[in-house]
Amino acid sequence: MLGWTLREVSAALKQGQITPTELCQKCLSLIKKTKFLNAYITVSEEVALKQAEESEKRYKKGHSLGDLDGIPIAVKDNFSTSGIETTCASNMLKGYVPPYNATVVQKLLDQGALLMGKTNLDEFAMGSGSTDGIFGPVKNPWSFSEQYRKKRKQKSHGEKEDSDWLITGGSSGGSAAAVSAFTCFAALGSDTGGSTRNPAAHCGVVGLKPSYGLVSRHGLIPLVNSMDVPGILTRCVDDAAIVLGILAGHDPKDSTTVQDPVKPFVLPSLTDVSKLCVGIPKEYLAPELSSEVRSLWSKAANLFESEGAKVIEVSLPHTSFSIVCYHVLCTSEVASNMARFDGLEYGHRCDIDLSTEAMYAATRREGFNDVKL
Amino acid sequence: MAAPVLRWLCPGRRWAFARTGGCSYHRRGVPTASTSSGKRGQSSVAQQSLITAQEPRKGDREWAAVVGLEIHAQISSNSKLFSGSQVHFAAPPNSLVSFFDASLPGTLPVLNRRCVEAAVMTGLALDCRINKKSLFDRKHYFYADLPAGYQITQQRLPIAVDGSLAYSVCVGKKRGQAVARTVRVRQIQLEQDSGKSLHDDLRSQTLVDLNRAEGQLRVDANISVHHPGEPLGVRTEVKNLNSARFLARAIDYEIQRQISELENGGEILNETRSFDYKLGCTMPMRDKEGKQDYRFMPEPNLPPLLLYDSASLPAGADPQQVINIDQIREQLPELPSVTREKLVQRYGMLPEHSFALLNEVGLLEFFQNVMKETRAEPKKVTSWVLNTFLGFLKQQNLAVSESPVTPSALAELLNLVERKAISSSAAKQVFEELWRSEGKTPAQIVAEKQLELMRDDEALEQLCRATMEAHPQVVMDLKKGNPRAINKLIGLVRKATLGRADPTAIKDVLERQLSG
Repeated sequence: MLGWTLREVSAALKQGQITPTELCQKCLSLIKKTKFLNAYITVSEEVALKQAEESEKRYKKGHSLGDLDGIPIAVKDNFSTSGIETTCASNMLKGYVPPYNATVVQKLLDQGALLMGKTNLDEFAMGSGSTDGIFGPVKNPWSFSEQYRKKRKQKSHGEKEDSDWLITGGSSGGSAAAVSAFTCFAALGSDTGGSTRNPAAHCGVVGLKPSYGLVSRHGLIPLVNSMDVPGILTRCVDDAAIVLGILAGHDPKDSTTVQDPVKPFVLPSLTDVSKLCVGIPKEYLAPELSSEVRSLWSKAANLFESEGAKVIEVSLPHTSFSIVCYHVLCTSEVASNMARFDGLEYGHRCDIDLSTEAMYAATRREGFNDVKL
Repeated sequence: MAAPVLRWLCPGRRWAFARTGGCSYHRRGVPTASTSSGKRGQSSVAQQSLITAQEPRKGDREWAAVVGLEIHAQISSNSKLFSGSQVHFAAPPNSLVSFFDASLPGTLPVLNRRCVEAAVMTGLALDCRINKKSLFDRKHYFYADLPAGYQITQQRLPIAVDGSLAYSVCVGKKRGQAVARTVRVRQIQLEQDSGKSLHDDLRSQTLVDLNRAEGQLRVDANISVHHPGEPLGVRTEVKNLNSARFLARAIDYEIQRQISELENGGEILNETRSFDYKLGCTMPMRDKEGKQDYRFMPEPNLPPLLLYDSASLPAGADPQQVINIDQIREQLPELPSVTREKLVQRYGMLPEHSFALLNEVGLLEFFQNVMKETRAEPKKVTSWVLNTFLGFLKQQNLAVSESPVTPSALAELLNLVERKAISSSAAKQVFEELWRSEGKTPAQIVAEKQLELMRDDEALEQLCRATMEAHPQVVMDLKKGNPRAINKLIGLVRKATLGRADPTAIKDVLERQLSG
């Protein structure tokens, strides 16, 4: 049942095959069993069980809130959650308990979703491995698959099993691992330069980066304001579409969200691709691309073509400049967004009180890791 | 925090400084503009100086000072510029702080419509060009009362540019010598205000209140000096001046300081200075890094601010969502320059009087109410309001609204003078009494103090004759041609009438009696 899609579980809940509390407890116990993955920083057991209780009441009355009512979800620890510690995997915010919910979190809660916990990440979402947070790295669940274990046993000898694991990619590695390990049905990540898509690929799950402006960033602790978006991680595309439908839309608290109302949508079932035209940017065929990835890519393109779709070459001529632009924007905005972490209003504050400047310097040295210094 | 502020930048007005003391200059024989007649030498007090030098200086060339003002004006609105928090005067510390104001991570700015309207109104009132598209930027620096580590401002493309303000300045020593001037307004921008810092030296700590910064109006002055014809000098910035009087003193001091420094072979540093009110001098502020690098960057959380006029308004636009410049222009109250012009046209008032009437809150209204109820000449009313009435107010530090004398009372008093029921000097006595004891009408006071003008011509004739007889010496002086003797006689007669006779009437009678 933990492997079912959102629609399937939702139907089961409606039909009473399982109660939200039972579902919640199954997930909680699996979280405990998979603790070695280090996917969760905070497990909000009490909160989740209480939410499950409420959801159960609603199902009994036949008043479920929607497709997500009673469904366990997880949230990356750079989203503000009211009353639940939000650390961004940094010493700077260790112990910080926000007084408000991020808009996307609120939307999920308003749909009756159960918040299992806050997931691990690279510190402040800066990274692509989920290895750089203060709570340690997240381990890819696939490291513990039979397939991988067999392969490793053949190759290595005497290596400690403990150190033999794969990364999840990042920075939303915790969310990807949580979904991949079946501890929840959907998870929120964030994506600035691939931080949802990258770990999704590593962990074998679906990672969706919505277009900038479609989903509110209010409450998402920012890295690069002009590029960040909340990301969605699920085990199938249909589930991602359901979650997007709930999260998308204008938020008056975020002036960069689109003004036009977002129409509800349902993914068409694509049985006939003959009218589909798929473009492959030629600039993406970089020399550094690994042969394994290249062959998988070809395989996918061939699949579409064999089913009748048109697959053509297109050009995105500024591709080579993208990484340079990204770095300029990223470094400027990150420096700017980190300026508020001075220990004065919230979060970590050092013991030095000689002068304001000395306090700022020590607080930031203690609070940030090397990437930020 | 995130309280709204309008910033005006007024670029430099130049004042020419002339030299006083001709000796050294004469020796070197260097001409200045003031001696265009070709005359050199002793007389070197320039006619063109507007601010005379306070002491003679060495050096031999004219100096010009350039002053630019940065004016921070807090916008009167119910909530702050980017956060929904309210704005209340004198609220308890940190009681009006939203999550955004405290810079809690994940919070975003949302622009306040009323503040934008206020900025547009200010831009229109100052004759600026309103930019239909303006942008927001981040200005970074670390300070305890700036929780985010940056201030949101409009550096690249502000909401209004290229305006001007006309004003009047007294020149020369004589009253009534005023010239009209204009100052350019380079730009008007919206920006966040900081919080308030309170330094507790006793406990070596600083307390921060994030409600709002102190001071509804704060001015920073940028000052430099140079020789006319040469490039502009290095400028210093004098910060946080809160009153017009101190602003003037600080600028004067700084100009002098820079001139002295340069004439003594020193150099001016591009630094920030503060003004010490007690010592009356500017001092460098602690600024070890030299020039601040604010690392300006576009504010990514705020899209460009778009304004419309009636021509460019998109069809079917929701009036709640868009701002129409033309609509705001229509709603502007009458601007002071227009009001002043009307006063000059309607009452034949001197321009500087129109300035004076508008410079005091409620004074214009008071004047107009008096005018409604009196037949006295506008010039007389103006004089009474600006001299006597305003004088009494200032002496006791009262606002017009706190005046014990109502417009009706003053109007009545002026009517009495106009009817020649009392003399104008008697009127002044009545006014004093009106001020002191509320509730009495002018007529009552006149009766009480017996200040009615003497109407009895017969009695006046007799008094004049008697006075002349009693003071033959004065009469002799008068006949000899001493012009002041007549005044003495008039004074004596007035005294005898206990101030109740009109001096003009006394003069007539005396002259008639003397000639006859």
